[in-house]
Amino acid sequence: MSALLTVENLKVHYPTRSGLIQAVRGVSFTLGRERLGIVGESGSGKSQTGRAIMGLTAPQALISADRLEFQGQDLLTLSPRERRALRGRRIAMILQDPKYSLNPVMTIGRQIVETLRTHESVTKAEAKRRALEMLEAVQIRDPERVFGLYPHEVSGGMGQRAMIAMMLICGPELMIADEPTSALDVTVQLEVLNILDGLVAKRGMGLIFVSHDLRLVSSFCDRVLVMYAGRVVEELSSGALSEAKHPYTRGLLDCVPKVGESRHPLPVLDRKPEWAA
Amino acid sequence: MTPLLDIRDLNVYFDTYRALDDVSLSVGKGESFGLVGESGSGKSTLLRAVAGLAPVAGGTIAVEGEEIKGRRRSRDFHRRVQMVFQDPYGSLHPRQTVDRQLLEPLAIHGIGDTEPRIRRALDEVGLGPSFRFRFPHQMSGGQRQRVAIARALILEPKILLLDEPTSALDASVQAEVLNLLEQVRKEHGLTFIMVSHDLGVVTHLCERLAVMQHGRVVETLSSTDLAGGRMRADYTRHLMTASLGFAR
Repeated sequence: MSALLTVENLKVHYPTRSGLIQAVRGVSFTLGRERLGIVGESGSGKSQTGRAIMGLTAPQALISADRLEFQGQDLLTLSPRERRALRGRRIAMILQDPKYSLNPVMTIGRQIVETLRTHESVTKAEAKRRALEMLEAVQIRDPERVFGLYPHEVSGGMGQRAMIAMMLICGPELMIADEPTSALDVTVQLEVLNILDGLVAKRGMGLIFVSHDLRLVSSFCDRVLVMYAGRVVEELSSGALSEAKHPYTRGLLDCVPKVGESRHPLPVLDRKPEWAA
Repeated sequence: MTPLLDIRDLNVYFDTYRALDDVSLSVGKGESFGLVGESGSGKSTLLRAVAGLAPVAGGTIAVEGEEIKGRRRSRDFHRRVQMVFQDPYGSLHPRQTVDRQLLEPLAIHGIGDTEPRIRRALDEVGLGPSFRFRFPHQMSGGQRQRVAIARALILEPKILLLDEPTSALDASVQAEVLNLLEQVRKEHGLTFIMVSHDLGVVTHLCERLAVMQHGRVVETLSSTDLAGGRMRADYTRHLMTASLGFAR
């Protein structure tokens, strides 16, 4: 299987007044047409890893890597223009909260059409037809109506479906989903995941699923990388959660209260400095 | 025995939208009671109505058998009932030190010997004296939530209203804050009313819970019944299945 994405020794550093912040410190992985989960707590560098691949890191950041290749293309030496052409068309990203990631003063339909017409030269009528088709694919029952609605007029789950539709319309090969369901209710969360799962499988995309929820990610992805302090501390194949060896992964699994259990007090993470070494 | 908090046929309207629809429940002294449901189910509104932060259109709220009228809350009420909000980033004053924020409730209620009280409150929530003169931006999310809890506890209330107190926190920090809440409840004999969307968290901390949907209480049941699958309402079962996670 040829790799879709190769990341070798990726580093993202931020210069600040009080010194260099090392957000990502040497992350390596290869991704085929599969579902890869990246899990960690806030500050672990999971989102920064996703954003660096997407090319959305803040301009003052220093990014370096031995290799950062997308289908043989070196992402680090691309010009901003070439990078833009890639973004949205071949690499797409779903963000956490549709309340903030959708444009509030543009209808949902117009935003989807805009994405499509930026990357492909299609007529307005054709673009609208494809947008409606896409809205239907994310199981929106009344695509015509939702097409004309503003983001504030739809629920969180609906907004996130529209977001997925927008990201999929150009048929990307790689999708990065950064906490795509964290802002949603549990029941809605599952619906959105089901839709995402079906579309990713059908279109044979590569997916990077970034989340803080280890259990959710391992039930959704084929492989999971666990990040701590800017590094990958453990790689697990899904379904092998119970075989996690690293004390951080184990601690993360243990400290979540579950229905039907009585553990008082809950075990807490005892962070060892050597984990961040 | 009169319940510590008794709510009868409570209705809340936001303009024409009925956020709470004839909600009744009672919570006994020393009990820990959970409210679960999806967003928009009215669980937070119920908590806010008790605290006087939502427009009550009908029904009664009684604390220790004493009915509370209108939206104004007396000083005495706030000594008995305190609230902890979801987002510690939003609920602390960004330009006041921890010391200043803990002093505020004491000043309002004209309570003296502030010095030992502030020190004790910080100590109780596991923050050392070094945190006393920090600003919120100099602390992590978990530390801020500890300050918010300290601020609620400093008046030695009987009831703590907790609105998603751990949902903005990382899993490991959530465990620490949940342990802290359990510990202070034991030490002060507090009564908790906690809103959460996480069934694991609610059943961990609460003995009983009410499941809410569309502004109504669908079902009230004990945590053990929930864990054992002994629920009556389909909606509760639906929530329970969803909380088990994604299955292909």
